[in-house]
Amino acid sequence: MTETTSGSAATTEAPTIWTVPTTTIAATQRSPRRAALQRFLRNRLAVAGAVFLIVVTLAAVLAPLITAYDPNAVDLSSYQLPPSAEHWFGTDESGRDVFARVVFGAQVSLSVGLVAALSAALVGLVLGVLAGYLGGVVDAVIMRIVEVILSFPALIPIILVVTIVGPSLPIIIIAIAVFEWGTACRVSRALIMSLKEQNLALSTRALGATPFWMVTKHFIKPVLSPLTVVVTLLSAGAIQLEAALSFLGLGVRPPQASWGSMLNDAQSLTLLEGAPWMWFFPGVAIVLTVLSLNFVGDGLRDALDPRGKR
Amino acid sequence: MLSYAIRRILIAIPVFIGITVVAFVFVRALPGDPVKMQLDPTHLTGPSAEAYIENARAALGLDQPLPVQYAIWLGNVIQGNLGYSYQFKVPVTELFADHIGPSIQLIVSAVIVALILGLVLGVVAALRQNRWADYVIGTTGMFAISVPGFFLGLIVLYVFGLRLAVLPTGGMNTLGVDGDVLDSIAHTILPAGVLAATLVGPYMRYTRQGMLEVLDQRFITAATAKGVSRTGVVIRHALRNALVPLTTAVAVQLPALVAGTVLIEHVFAWPGMGTLILDAVAGRDYPVLLGAVLFTAIAVMAFSLFADLAAAILDPRIRLA
Repeated sequence: MTETTSGSAATTEAPTIWTVPTTTIAATQRSPRRAALQRFLRNRLAVAGAVFLIVVTLAAVLAPLITAYDPNAVDLSSYQLPPSAEHWFGTDESGRDVFARVVFGAQVSLSVGLVAALSAALVGLVLGVLAGYLGGVVDAVIMRIVEVILSFPALIPIILVVTIVGPSLPIIIIAIAVFEWGTACRVSRALIMSLKEQNLALSTRALGATPFWMVTKHFIKPVLSPLTVVVTLLSAGAIQLEAALSFLGLGVRPPQASWGSMLNDAQSLTLLEGAPWMWFFPGVAIVLTVLSLNFVGDGLRDALDPRGKR
Repeated sequence: MLSYAIRRILIAIPVFIGITVVAFVFVRALPGDPVKMQLDPTHLTGPSAEAYIENARAALGLDQPLPVQYAIWLGNVIQGNLGYSYQFKVPVTELFADHIGPSIQLIVSAVIVALILGLVLGVVAALRQNRWADYVIGTTGMFAISVPGFFLGLIVLYVFGLRLAVLPTGGMNTLGVDGDVLDSIAHTILPAGVLAATLVGPYMRYTRQGMLEVLDQRFITAATAKGVSRTGVVIRHALRNALVPLTTAVAVQLPALVAGTVLIEHVFAWPGMGTLILDAVAGRDYPVLLGAVLFTAIAVMAFSLFADLAAAILDPRIRLA
């Protein structure tokens, strides 16, 4: 355990995550997957997070059925109304329904988060497997690149990229993926390095398996489950990053709504004070979604790695 | 210790080169003429302007192959020449020098507050492991991690700045009032507090983790057995070892800290680097943005180097690894 806290190795690893106690279960007849599921279900915060995420995803997908209002329809007769039975979250300075904009904004925030996290994880997985399996020079080069990438506070280069090429969702997703694959790469590499030394790998190789077979059949699969944890935490980060960019006016283009851009609309002190519902509800949506992802990520980690007493 | 320090610095050199290569790729990717960035705008008018531009082109080696151009550019960067701001017509380094102070003030006050809180909460959570205090601290920490700094900024601005109107809503000083310490502190509380709140979560989790690992060790049992009081064991024996993961936490959080500072400066109109960067976005001031990308990455790299050296001082085992 001391290695997790040592020097250069320490600064280079993914943040240590809180361990919610899982009563260590003696090996019974249950399948590992089922045991993991049971451990996950015992973690109330993680379950609550998962339920919330399902609800938000459904709301985003079924948005047109949930709200009768068009999120971009300007209606000056209902200018800046406080929340009421008619407009649950009130209306903004163009008379648009805030609830409708939050629900439709979920589509943007969730898809950016998920797609950016999956792309980052894919890049990280491929490079991490390469580095871990091949070792030597390839490993050294890839790991130095990871260190370089992780030195950049992602927000600042992404701001530069968006200023050069203009704001658009694909650009934001690519930029997030380019600057966030480092942790996924480190996790996959570490796992492959330990798998490589195990008897399973040795005997498969003795039976004449090609490297391609070894990697695709025996190495990718065990890496995938820890990678789900990374993807969950990465999407939390990506959602925050998209929100920050949109908040700065460098994200989605108006009139399209994302949770971050709704906070941008409310930046002037008059709106901040005069119509708090305009910025409060989308902000809460960001917080609850990111919180749920973090709880689910922690829950998954504990469920998938019961020995991990870290 | 010295050999460890030398090894660690040698590892940092390829990372430094990598960062500069990424920045150079950005230089080449910028729209327009890359020479424009490097020109001193005061020489751009008058009869000798043409000759000046031609000289600059030759000096930057734009007719040379890319690696040579990179080497020339890197030489300029190392001498502190980051080009000239399009908007303000002064060297980028000069702008940075003017804006770095407020940012450092904000970051240092936030980090001090967050370190103290993170240390205390982390130790309490570890000592009360799996009891309600641990769960409350853990869940609150997760909340703090999940709230975007700019949203928390808007909330405290609304509550304390506007509704209760007890604290100023932005800037570093009240207009016209300069050098009043109380006034400065009042302006620092909200932005530094918000920045600290975004840092406390990870600091606390690392401290708790470190404490739990140390408390399990035999020398702690031995110290307790020979009659050292609980407080004595925690402070004299355990805490020192738990500081190592805390230095890691500080290092790991550095990029997030820099990004968070940019956003919080924006919310509170704090006249630091973040505000400079966002003004540069509005004015398409590429030299400033590029300088900021390079400068922040190198700062993060340098400080994680310091954090590693600090960890090696605290824990001699690291040096031998």
